[in-house]
Amino acid sequence: MDYFAQQLINGLVLGSIYGLIAIGYTMVYGIVGMINFAHGDIFMIGGFIALITFLILISFGLTAIPLILLVMLLVSMAITALYGWTVERIAYRPLRHSFRLAPMLSAIGMSFVLTNYSQVAQGARVKPVPPIITGGHTLHEGADGFVVQLSNIQIIVVVTTVVLLAIFTWLVSSTRLGRDMRACEQDQTMASLLGVDVDRTISMTFVIGAALAAVAGMMYLLYYGLVDFFMGFVAGIKAFTAAVLGGIGSLPGAMLGGLLIGLIETLWSAYFSVEYKDVAAFSILIVVLIFLPTGLLGRPEVEKV
Amino acid sequence: MSGDSILSVDRLSMRFGGIVAVNDLSFNAERRKITALIGPNGAGKTTVFNCITGFYKPSSGAIGLTHDDGHAIRLERLDDFRIAKLAKVARTFQNIRLFPGMTALENLMVAQHNALMRASGLTFLGLIGAPSWRTAEQAAIDLATTWLDRIGLLDRADDAAGNLPYGDQRRLEIARAMCTEPALLCLDEPAAGLNARESAALSELLLSIRADQGTSILLIEHDMSVVMEISDHVVVMDHGVKIAEGTPKHIRDDPKVIAAYLGTDEEEAIAVMESGT
Amino acid sequence: MSANPAAQTSRAPSAAFILKKSLISALVALVLFSLMIGVRTEAGPDGQLTYWTRFGDLAAIVAAVFGGSILIELFRQWWGPVDTARIVPAPVQGALSLAGRLIAPVLLAFTFLVPVLFYDERYILDLGILVLTYVMLGWGLNVVVGLAGLLDLGYVAFYAVGAYSYALLATNFGLSFWICLPLAGILAAFWGVLLGFPVLRLRGDYLAIVTLAFGEIIRLVLINWQSLTGGPNGVTGIPRPTLFGIPLTPGDDGLAAMLGIEFSPTHRIVFLFYLILALALLTNWVTIRLRRLPIGRAWEALREDEVACRALGINTTTTKLTAFATGAMFGGFAGAFFATRQGFISPESFTFHESALVLAIVVLGGMGSQLGVALAALAMIGGFELFRGLDQYRMLVFGMAMVLLMIWRPRGLIGHRAPTVFLERKEAISSDLVKEGHG
Ligand SMILES: Nc1ncnc2c1ncn2[C@@H]1O[C@H](COP(=O)(O)OP(=O)(O)OP(=O)(O)O)[C@@H](O)[C@H]1O
Ligand SMILES: [Mg+2]
Repeated sequence: MDYFAQQLINGLVLGSIYGLIAIGYTMVYGIVGMINFAHGDIFMIGGFIALITFLILISFGLTAIPLILLVMLLVSMAITALYGWTVERIAYRPLRHSFRLAPMLSAIGMSFVLTNYSQVAQGARVKPVPPIITGGHTLHEGADGFVVQLSNIQIIVVVTTVVLLAIFTWLVSSTRLGRDMRACEQDQTMASLLGVDVDRTISMTFVIGAALAAVAGMMYLLYYGLVDFFMGFVAGIKAFTAAVLGGIGSLPGAMLGGLLIGLIETLWSAYFSVEYKDVAAFSILIVVLIFLPTGLLGRPEVEKV
Repeated sequence: MSGDSILSVDRLSMRFGGIVAVNDLSFNAERRKITALIGPNGAGKTTVFNCITGFYKPSSGAIGLTHDDGHAIRLERLDDFRIAKLAKVARTFQNIRLFPGMTALENLMVAQHNALMRASGLTFLGLIGAPSWRTAEQAAIDLATTWLDRIGLLDRADDAAGNLPYGDQRRLEIARAMCTEPALLCLDEPAAGLNARESAALSELLLSIRADQGTSILLIEHDMSVVMEISDHVVVMDHGVKIAEGTPKHIRDDPKVIAAYLGTDEEEAIAVMESGT
Repeated sequence: MSANPAAQTSRAPSAAFILKKSLISALVALVLFSLMIGVRTEAGPDGQLTYWTRFGDLAAIVAAVFGGSILIELFRQWWGPVDTARIVPAPVQGALSLAGRLIAPVLLAFTFLVPVLFYDERYILDLGILVLTYVMLGWGLNVVVGLAGLLDLGYVAFYAVGAYSYALLATNFGLSFWICLPLAGILAAFWGVLLGFPVLRLRGDYLAIVTLAFGEIIRLVLINWQSLTGGPNGVTGIPRPTLFGIPLTPGDDGLAAMLGIEFSPTHRIVFLFYLILALALLTNWVTIRLRRLPIGRAWEALREDEVACRALGINTTTTKLTAFATGAMFGGFAGAFFATRQGFISPESFTFHESALVLAIVVLGGMGSQLGVALAALAMIGGFELFRGLDQYRMLVFGMAMVLLMIWRPRGLIGHRAPTVFLERKEAISSDLVKEGHG
């Protein structure tokens, strides 16, 4: 039971990270109807930038952990957001009204570019960092000596996720930008006729998605203590799975899907086999799409003929 | 209703969430006759078609089809493509659905898919170019050519369907449906967007299909001149329910129908009619 | 729509405008690359991460971006708005269409002669085999993506199934290549059906992502199922192909000895070349035939309008399945060939990159065009070879090429479609009309 509780905690933390990435997929899919294949790599770039910022701050002799974390977060969000903007500007915008396959291939190409760029720029080897945040709380000590732990870093991951999610929900539901986004989602032509700057709104969607992915990248760095150039691919597919599981286009769905995928992956690794944990995640994607193509919180689609 | 009906719709209802698009609708379509289904926009006509052709599963009700040989089929239990394949119900769409990147001839060849699949020995005979396949293919091309000729598009056989003018596309879609050799042909607003001359030609085409092929026709149409001219029986729908049925002449004088179209209530419609005459 | 005013002004941009735009690009580049290029991290010998700065590189790249954007802006100004239709003079058009008709036979004849012309150049022969393998894969995937309009991002899975089928059957049971080849195709087709059956009713992008996941699952199983597949180490000692039982070895029973000529290892390479050429041509022949049969027409109709297909009584599920299985089968053949050529296979050869490469070949070729796919394979693989020296940057260049090619020609090199049957004239159908499917 204790073991299970511990896995539950670990799964939720991992799930928060997936959920943050999944929001980017869901938003972009909702507004331009394409899978942003490069989004996983944006997450990876976010992790790298957080790491480099951290190294620089440390070498300047900064020791105040909260300050370091804040600066890391802001720098990583800002620069990664610019990556999201640039990717859209270069690879997707020229193809916006083109055939559906073209932006998809362009996105795959962009994903290769980002992966390889990071490999060339920062080397192929895994980058480990010493634990930045240590300590934790013992929740429960079992009779068999098994201890259920909630580490500080886990708390930080979950709290950051919740706070950002709250800000983000407010952004989408109560601001002009959010309204424009929902308008573009419904009907871009109509929105532009009514004075919504569609280009800008789509750009902002990518920017926000990338900023959230950067947060996920930084949390990943803090939680696992490493980043590498290839981590975006698998994390990206899993986050996409989460978005689909939750119902693509639905923001709470993306978060819910992320949590579920995180839980399933952790529990699978704990009780079955670590080697096949990705197989489990991908199988879930297939099963979900077959039996629940609109996801948990997605609106069902009736084909109009 | 008595007589020999090919299609009988019995207490059909279709709900989308809260919307009741079709409500407890019953009517029959007679064999070798043209039955028109009319009603104001949003009345639920296309939804009825979608239920008959299996694109929607009705919420309740039964749809029965009886072939010439007496074989009866329950359509609401079949998948869409089986309705076309086994029950021999062909349809056209309100917004034309041709294969725009294929030529007119190819469109008509695709329509003969099931017959040709059999003739090609599920592809294997065709792959080795067996003589039996070659004859079947030529026969299919001949059938397609006949239909292209009938709709006056023979000279455009090798043009992409998407390049044809609107009126030609409408007729091509009908010809494509006819190439499946259907027992019942369902046409969703075939005269929409046609000019008066094209409408007249369409009426003629439909009458000749009924006469020569003996195909029963179910027709949704807003163009009253077409409806009045060619239909044998008219069913009027409004808000998902049947409000009247009968001969075209009978329908034309029914105040309930006029009220539905004008969006007024019955007394006012009668007043309108009386002041008009 | 909203971009129109911008396009209007960019027709004759002033020097100041160009400068401003390029400055913005340079600024964006500066921020983007500041940390990723300007700072390099690496784990030291003690495992501790250290960093050093590379401001020189950073400055060079930003300068390159600045210069590049000026050039691009100037080029745009000279070229005019992207979407203006360029009028090609009639004689040029005539010459082009003649070249278009001649290119396929000339290319084919040349391919047949390659082993003769380049008999002594092992490198060219190897490259030829590689290109032909991708031509075959492209033609196979073209059935699924180009004809049926189903987006398959996991095609490499069938390639892998074919390769491992042959490798395992040959090493474990000693079956010969010629028995394994059809088996590999059948097994791959079987897997195609197995995957296709549940997922083919998914639309568009969902199908893409499911096939991608399937490809990854196959690869992960190959890595982890050590006892069967040898795990990451793969399968070694895969038998070389024989000429219907006659080995191409220096021994007494070898082909050279039988023909009474001197043995040379090039014989095997030439044999492999013609083998893959034959397989590719078989794929091509079958595909062209299938297009003119009801099944092939149904595939294309499916790509055009699935709802209309169902209204005509076409069972769309089985039609999609046959497309999937046919494509998978060709992939399986290619896989078996790959295994016998390499003599060694491992999961590393079957990554998502491979699927993306084949898909890029199909899309760049122009969906559905056999000639286009062949040309695209030649251009892609050939282009890849040009960058052999820059091994490190290969994926970077490949990815950028994909993006640029899509922007340049979203419908591929040969976008128009040839009708499968005609009464009087066979006229190509413009790509604007041809749909690309939804799956
Ligand atoms: N797939 C669907 N999902 C939800 N509502 C639907 C669907 N299909 C039809 N409806 C609703 O059912 C009602 C009837 O629509 P239908 O298309 O059958 O009308 P119609 O009589 O064909 O009208 P028109 O003459 O304009 O073609 C409408 O209110 C429509 O919005
Ligand atoms: Mg309608």
